[in-house]
Order: sequence, then structure tokens, then C-alpha cells
Amino acid sequence: MEPLTSIDGLRVEFPALGGTVVAVRHVDLQVFPGEILCIVGESGSGKSVTSNALMQLTRFSGGQVTNGNLNFVRRSGDELDLRTADERQMRRIRGNEIGMVFQEPMAALNPSYTVGWQLSEGLMKHRGLSRKEARDRSLDLLVRVRIPDPERRLRQFPHELSGGMCQRVVIAMALACEPRLLIADEPTTALDVTVQAEILALIRRLCSETGAAVLLITHDMAVVAQMADRVAVMRGGEMVETGSVHQIILRPRHAYTRALLAAVPKIGEMAGKPSPARIGTSGDVDRNEAMPCAGGERILEVRNLVRRFPVHGGLFRQTIANVHAVEDVSFRVGEKETLAMVGESGSGKSTVGRCILRLEEPDSGEIRFHGRDLLSLSRREMRDRFRDIQMVFQDPYGSLNPQMNVLDQIAEPIRNFGLDRGSALEDRVANLLDRVKLPRQFLLRYPNELSGGQRQRVAIARALAVNPEFIVADEAVSSLDASIRAQVLDLMMDLQSELGLSYLFISHDMAVVERISHFVAVMFQGRIVEIGRRSDIFERPHHPYTRSLLAAVPKMDPAARISRNETGARPLQTPIHAAGHDPGPSRYDEIAPGHFLLRDGIL
Amino acid sequence: MATGFRIRDGGITGPQETRASFTNYAWSIVKDRITLAAVVFLALLCVFSVGAEILAPYPPTGLNLSDRMLPPGATGTKGSFYVLGTDELGRDLFSRLIYGARVSVSVGVLGAVVSCVLGVVAGLTAGYFGGLYEDIIMRFVDGMLSLPSLLVALFVLFVIGGGYVNLILVFSVLHWMVFCRLSRGLALGARTATYVQAARTLGASRLRIVFRHILPNVMAPIIVLFTLEIAILILSEASLSFLGFGVQPPDPSWGLMIADGREHIRSAWWLVTFPGLAIFLTALSLNLVANWVRAVTDPVQRWRWLKGT
Repeated sequence: MEPLTSIDGLRVEFPALGGTVVAVRHVDLQVFPGEILCIVGESGSGKSVTSNALMQLTRFSGGQVTNGNLNFVRRSGDELDLRTADERQMRRIRGNEIGMVFQEPMAALNPSYTVGWQLSEGLMKHRGLSRKEARDRSLDLLVRVRIPDPERRLRQFPHELSGGMCQRVVIAMALACEPRLLIADEPTTALDVTVQAEILALIRRLCSETGAAVLLITHDMAVVAQMADRVAVMRGGEMVETGSVHQIILRPRHAYTRALLAAVPKIGEMAGKPSPARIGTSGDVDRNEAMPCAGGERILEVRNLVRRFPVHGGLFRQTIANVHAVEDVSFRVGEKETLAMVGESGSGKSTVGRCILRLEEPDSGEIRFHGRDLLSLSRREMRDRFRDIQMVFQDPYGSLNPQMNVLDQIAEPIRNFGLDRGSALEDRVANLLDRVKLPRQFLLRYPNELSGGQRQRVAIARALAVNPEFIVADEAVSSLDASIRAQVLDLMMDLQSELGLSYLFISHDMAVVERISHFVAVMFQGRIVEIGRRSDIFERPHHPYTRSLLAAVPKMDPAARISRNETGARPLQTPIHAAGHDPGPSRYDEIAPGHFLLRDGIL
Repeated sequence: MATGFRIRDGGITGPQETRASFTNYAWSIVKDRITLAAVVFLALLCVFSVGAEILAPYPPTGLNLSDRMLPPGATGTKGSFYVLGTDELGRDLFSRLIYGARVSVSVGVLGAVVSCVLGVVAGLTAGYFGGLYEDIIMRFVDGMLSLPSLLVALFVLFVIGGGYVNLILVFSVLHWMVFCRLSRGLALGARTATYVQAARTLGASRLRIVFRHILPNVMAPIIVLFTLEIAILILSEASLSFLGFGVQPPDPSWGLMIADGREHIRSAWWLVTFPGLAIFLTALSLNLVANWVRAVTDPVQRWRWLKGT
């Protein structure tokens, strides 16, 4: 069969301080009609640059294609080299013959126009449809991507839709002109697990219906296992290995592919193990070395925590309703223990973490740290508590001040609390850097000169600088690549055993949670629906929501693809209630010692 | 900063690090012709302002009634050469421009500096602290902004008297509000940024958060406004001097020169054109240089400007 697209000897360079950076060194790749080809690799491997080169999008970020051919067979049957095509030809190809789906669905849509307008735009431009025809076709597309209530969606703005729905709209836009090739760059990375499964199934179905080839770019091996016909593994701008999905996942030849696969925590791996275990990608550590068993004194106790966000409206901007972000949540964290809090976005898990550090003021409840209520502290007293309680934020790109170098970032808490100064301070910072395994050369670097994983290590070093007892890690590894994530998780577990830290580990990733936690609390619509030992939750889940979360996790086995209904999961509703509504306390049944389940009918 | 010499000298900064050096910066200006022109212009302006006594060919207030209204490049009755011509009293326009630069530029820059500092301090703290403090400051700003500034300036200068220092004081009092509004908006945006919240959990005091964490990250729009404000102040100085409340004739200032030349715009175009051009070029150069400074001080953008050097 003739390939639809063939890339030969592609090389892309970016100008940089002191020369050029080669983002893609040498890539040969073919995409055949109707297949799903996954390019998998970690950040910086050049996988996105390769696909951007196809659309000539690299030039907008300053990159230059310095070598190679990018042959593309057009709808008319002509072959065109996309490297040398002029801007006029490219405009006809972008969005028309090659569709594109981006990682951030919210950012890919223009917030100032309705969904219907944005869908019609391409149709009117590329297909010459009238406004009326374009509208009908848009409606048809929304039906095909299975958006509930499509008539109404056409008139809505992107901010009125959830992330999953936005991604459906983006996919509808990309497919509007029936492209021959669909490039999907990390299409589900920003989405919840249950939504991810739906979107992946949608892409599969649509491409088999329309016969379009899909170039799917991802860092997630589980997505590859679920989606791909063929796989290309990239590293450092070069193709490491290509092959069928079965070969790559089950019989990887290249050492790097094997390392990538090993770095992914697989759900169910931890069955029967009482304590967290390192993933141990470094090779020098036994893979499933058990950690010292935890179970000490309670250091944090949260009781009946409630946080509601008022919704203002009406003539006098009075509170007309409340978003019940956190509703009567109670839990305890013991010394040297990790409590993982899992749930999808909007479940209130991050709000709980933020309340503990009082970045958010709870409406009621108690947060006791070593028996002392944090909520009664003045601002100054609370500031002193930050010596014991620290936080690692989700987004390593946002949580570091872009104008401070690494030394100042890590020194910040040491200076603020006056712990050290002068050369003692520098020694301390350098030791912290050693502890998170970053080279000391990085001290004078700025955050934008570090990768995501390196930034997150700086953030962890900064949190450790004051020798805290308790760390709230809010999606601390979610934005990291698999191998980096494994390293950061191992680091966190090492630090726990060395320094006796306790964690509140907030995450949506069940496989990661299974690795790191002693106890797990599942949150849904602001309440903990199930809480217990890790083995209780993962081996004997009771609540239907816990079960659906576990079922949605993509398996690392191409033979066991999830064939779920794309609209199967019910949409997550934001718990909004009228002002004055009291939803009642959370009541639990103890179904096994230490395993609690929210009573029926409360949600 | 305690980014101590020890770390740099201790060899921790390895050879593989590509740090931008002074040469990188200098070369990036040289390569960027437009910025280079702006830098050269501003440098010349400074040299001429400081060394006016030596560099000006004629005294700025020296009357020479026989050489009135000569066009640029003309030679006078006593063989004097006038590069930019003379005004209605036969004074050399070029010399007056050089002396005028001293007054105009310093009033503009100092006025902008004082109002910027006042406005940014008030605005950032208002935006970050919020509450009653913010309400008081911002309502005060609203009140101040609703005053007709030229009229107030006239009145105040009438009471306390005109002149250089008073002019700067009045400008500062009347112009800090724009900086305040801008920086309050910026602080409101930065307040919810993750790095600001992280700074709170790291025990930074409120003032430290405002000035160490927020300020460096919102400098870009403030610098832009600052350069625009300099140009506006040079023009305001012109209006006030024209009305007799600023710089007192016969001392030259660019604004005063435009005001005087206005009457003769039909017969002697050079009288308004050259001072106007001076104001325009100064404002333009300031903007270009500010743009460059903003870019190279931002660690995220720096590489674009220093690339390939």
C-alpha cells in the first residue's frame, strides 16, 4: 500500500543562545491510510516538533526544517512536499486535508466565539458552504462526536462546556472537512481518566468511519496500548524503534522502549503488598523493595471540613447559590504515612489540600495538626506552621517564580524563616539539590531553563528546605513524563523513609496512587465516598464510583482494550445548591476494619 | 543578593553552562540596528545635556537681532553659521535645543520616576492586600483622575510658584494614578498565580511577596507605561511653560520653543519642527530601549534577543 504521508530524513533546528538546538535529528516515518500510528516519547524527544513540521507550524516557534522530505498525498492524488509548500497551499491543507487536535481543548477554542461559529468557519472557508449549510453540517458533526444536547451547544461559548466536551468540539472541528490525516497531539493528557477513555474510543470510531489516518502523539504507554496499530518510539530527536503495537508493548527490542514500559506503574501490581514500593527505574534498587512499614502517631486530623463557594447573582449581587466544593470531609494522616486523595477534577480534592495550608479558608470544620487547630491561628502564627507543613503544587511551570534562579528559589523559605545565611545558606541549598538529585550547576539557572521534572525537583527541594513533617502534594507528578514521574515518586518515597515525612498525596492517577499510598480516600462531588487501606480500595472496592474509576484506567495490554460506550460515564455534575441548602452530614458504614463507605442516598 | 561569589568561583558553574555575558548583551544591541540607533541617540542626548556649556556653539539666550529668523544652514551677518537656523530674536536654535534638552528631559524623567514609584507602591499593595486599604486608595485615585490636571497644575504652580522643582512635584502628584491603576490590575492578576501562593506557603511576608515576587514579574507593562509617561510629561512641561507657569523665559525648554515658534509656523517652519522632532525622537528612542531592556531582563525571552551571539 502507498503511504499517505512519508517523512524522510527530517531534521529540525531551533536557534538558541550559542548556536542551534537540534530538536529532530533524523526521522523516517510513514503513515498509511486508515491506520493509527502512535509516536511515543518523553518531553523533548521531538515528537511534537515532528508533527508540527508536517503542518509547517514549526516556523511560528522559530524552528527551521533543515533537511528531509515531507511527502503528503493530497485528496486530488497529487503528491506534495510539505516542506517546500508555500503559505497559500498550506492554508488549504491545514484543517482541510490534515486536521489537528491539540492537548489543551480549552486553549484550542477561541473564548469569544460560539461553538457553532467556530465549527462553521472552516466549513465556509474550505468547503464554500453557505452559513445555513455550514450550520447544519456543524450540528451533524456534534451529533457524530456524541455531544449531549447538540442544538444548544452550537449557541454556547467554550467556557460553558467541560474539558471533555471542549475536546469533542475540537475533534469535530478537526474532522469537519473530512481530512485524510488527523494529527492528535496529546489529546487526552489534560482530561480525567473516565473522559480520556471516552475520547480515545471516539477517535478510534471516527477514524474507522471516515477512513482517516491518525498520527497520535503521546507520552503515555497505556494510551499507546489502547489505541495504536503501529508505534514509533522517539528519543532525543531520533526514532528508536518502530513496530506493531503488539511487538512494541509485548516484545520491545530497544532498551529505551523497555525502560519506558518499566517506568509506568501498572495497576494491580501492588496487590498483596502492605506498604508502598519504589518503582526503581534506576536499576540499582530492587524493583519491588518494600518500604519500612508505617503506622505511627496521628499528626494531622481533619474533621467535618466544609468549603462552599458562593455564586452571586440578582440585582444586589447577593449569594443565590453555593458550590459545595468540600462537604463534611474527615480523615486522619499518621506519622510517616501517605494518604492519597483520588477523584476527578471538580471533586474537591485540591480544595481540601489548599484548606490545610489555609490558601483557602474553610467555612467550617477543624484541621488539627499535632492536636492544635490550624484554623484558629492568626496569619503570623500560621506562617510559622509553614515550617512543618509544606506544599508541592501541580504545575511546576507556574509554581516557580520565573524571575528567580534556582538558588534563590530554594533559599526563599530559609531566608524567610531566617534559618541560615551566607555560606551556610549556600551549603544548605547545595545539599538540598543533592538530595533531589539535581546537579549543582543548576543553581544559577532560571526555571525556563529547566525541564518539567527538574522544576518539580526544585519545588520539592524548596518544600524540604525547612525540614517539614507534612507535605501536601497536589497532583505533584501529573504533568511529568513517565520515567521522570517514576523518579520523582521514588524520590518522594525515599524522603519519606529517610526523613519520616507524611504526605497527603492528591492525584487522579490510580496507578500512581496504588504505588505510593498507605491509605486511600476516594472523593466524589465534595465528599469522601470510600476510605480505607490501599489494599481495601484497590482489591475490594465497594463504591460504584471507585469501581468506575478503576475500570477507566487504560490497561497496558493491546489485547485487553476497553470497549466501552463512549458516552457511558455519566457527566460529572458540579454540586451546586441553592443558598441555605444543607445537604446533611456524611455518614459512613464500616464494612471492614478501617474501610469506610459513604452511606447510600447521601449523594 | 547572596548569589555569592563562592558559588561562581567554586567552579560549581561548569563550562557547559551558557550564561549570557556582557559581550552577549553588547553584541545583541549592535546587531539590532534600530535599538542601536536609539541607544546612540539617548547617549548623545545625555552628553549634550551634561556638556551643554562646552558643546553648544552659542549661548542659548544670546540675542542677535540682525540674524532673526534665518533658515537652517544659513550664515549670519557676522559670519556665524546656524545649523538649524535662528528664532525671532536671532538666537541659535541648535544651542537652544541643547540647553532645552537639559530641562525637558530631566523634568520628564524625574517626574516619571517619582510618579512611577508612588503609583507602583500604592497600586501593588492595594491590589495584593485588598480590603478597606484597597478601597481607600482606589477611590482616592478615582477622585484624583477626575480632576482636570492642567487646571490643577496651573492653580498649584500659581500658588507655590513655577520653576523646575515645583514642576516635578506637581507632575508627580498628578501622574502617579495611572501607574497605580495599572499596577493594581497587575497585582490582582498575579495574586492568584501559583508562584505567589507558593511564596505564601514558604513564609514570605506580604511586603516581600509584593516587591520580590510580584513586582519583577509585572515589570514589562510598567516599563512601557513609564517611557510613554516621560513623553507625556515633556509635552505637559511644554504646555505649562507656554502658559508661563513652567520654565521661565528666556531659559529654553523644548516645549517653550514649540510654543514660541507656533506663531511663526508659516514663515519659519524650523522653529516648531526641530523641537518637535527632538521630543518625538526622545520618546521613540526611550520606547525602543525600554523594549530591549524588558526583553533581555526577562529570563524567558532573553534567549531570543541574545541568540546566535
